[in-house]
Amino acid sequence: MVSRISDTVTEPRSEDRLPASASSAVKIVIVGGFGVGKTTFVRSVSEIRPLTTEETMTQAGAGIDDIAGVERKSVTTVAMDFGRITLNDELVLYLFGTPGQQRFWFLWNGLFEGALGAIVLVDTRRLEVSFDVIGRLEEAEVPFVIAVNSFPDATSYLTEEVRGALDLPESVPIVVCDARERPSSRDVLISLMRYLRTFATTSEST
Amino acid sequence: MSTSDRDWDEGGPERLYVITGGRAESTEQADLDLVTLIVSQEEPKAGIQPELAAILRVCRSPVSVAEISAHLALPASVISVLLADLLADGRVEARMPASSRPDIALIEAVIDGLQNL
Repeated sequence: MVSRISDTVTEPRSEDRLPASASSAVKIVIVGGFGVGKTTFVRSVSEIRPLTTEETMTQAGAGIDDIAGVERKSVTTVAMDFGRITLNDELVLYLFGTPGQQRFWFLWNGLFEGALGAIVLVDTRRLEVSFDVIGRLEEAEVPFVIAVNSFPDATSYLTEEVRGALDLPESVPIVVCDARERPSSRDVLISLMRYLRTFATTSEST
Repeated sequence: MSTSDRDWDEGGPERLYVITGGRAESTEQADLDLVTLIVSQEEPKAGIQPELAAILRVCRSPVSVAEISAHLALPASVISVLLADLLADGRVEARMPASSRPDIALIEAVIDGLQNL
């Protein structure tokens, strides 16, 4: 079957176009385990319907290609949803909801390196899935805040219990949110930015 | 955020190899971030590779590399290879992202923008 690129291309809707003056962009990464609400979070604050970018992982069995090339390589598609907020005429913020499994992170070049920071979205029913993510962010020196997505049937944890369970220092902000609600998700983003501002202040005054 | 092992579109890596002319993605990519904004400088000419024409149309207004990837249904790594060609002869302009070590002014601008949501 032959496909034509014109069949698969969608163009941005005219109301989704950025102003011609948009001159630079920043990004924040939303990290969390499967089903924790990353896409919900992105959708609630994004001005566009979330889009998806995909990368493929190809795993070929060692030596198989050398023999005949008949063995099918296994191709895994990893998808990442993202949204956008136009902050002013020049500045645009992108939000990437990233798979929690750290082995997928390298698929997107510089995803974390260029990010302002990260939001670790956690579900108190499954806090343990966040350990690995938090460790990796600390290693990579990516500043982050914890956002507890308050699922209706989750035990209501105090943020300090979450801090203890995740073994986080006092300095890391922990906020409770409802990822379905725009004002709530927006407040999480503002919490991260205020946290970043404390670093910027500190580094200038020393 | 989902994973699947279904074949990507028309069969995966071979198609991507054809689109990029077989160039190694790691060496021929332009130095672009997912949020580098791309803006077309001209309309697609007749006979141009369809993927490049599609990029020029999508980028009539500023569009991030991630959005181009989503609109063309191609991986961002492939888009970066294609953009290297368009950038080399000035058919698109790249607007680089703000620094990852933000200053106070940038942080305040982000907070202001969010408060207006």
